[in-house]
Amino acid sequence: MTDQHDNPVRQAIADAIASNEVILFMKGSPEAPACGFSARTVGILQSLDTRFAAVDILPDPRIRQELSALSQWPTIPQLFVGGELVGGCDIVTEMFESGELAELLGAEQQADAADPAVAERSTLQIENRLS
Amino acid sequence: MPDAASIKARIEAAIPGAQADVDDWTGGGDHFRATVVADAFAGLTRIQQHRLVYDVFGEEIGGPIHALSLTTISP
Repeated sequence: MTDQHDNPVRQAIADAIASNEVILFMKGSPEAPACGFSARTVGILQSLDTRFAAVDILPDPRIRQELSALSQWPTIPQLFVGGELVGGCDIVTEMFESGELAELLGAEQQADAADPAVAERSTLQIENRLS
Repeated sequence: MPDAASIKARIEAAIPGAQADVDDWTGGGDHFRATVVADAFAGLTRIQQHRLVYDVFGEEIGGPIHALSLTTISP
């Protein structure tokens, strides 16, 4: 494993995953997705009324590189719930259709409700933490 | 450029007993859709099943293969 102190991008990604119950790494923003797969995943989360943090991976190629190295998952988007990779667009869609996603997120949303410190939905700007 | 037939052949060669149906989603040779049925998926989570297939292509995913949409089935 790489020493994370020498790898601020990976550390910032790991921190973002650890500190947000539901976090989506995507191309573009929830308001302006830059890829159909990201758009569909955002649409599913929004249809479930899920509060989620979003990270746009496009501004800096190192974000995608380090995210995939960390998650061992090659494609974008990537949804994490409770610190665990749930999957990309295909798995999220499949779980949405089967009801598993609502179940998973429902449990997390209840956990959120008990925690007033949970941040409002927002686009995290990892690249701004790198300078 | 990858094509649906070669992607199917590579998945079936790499995962023992796998049967893959692959189509070129957009006709552009870079967005593919695959349904893979394999005994090897038994007992694995969806994430692990998809990783088995993605691992066949390594860094080609996100490169020449822009997208490989997967449905994995354990018979």
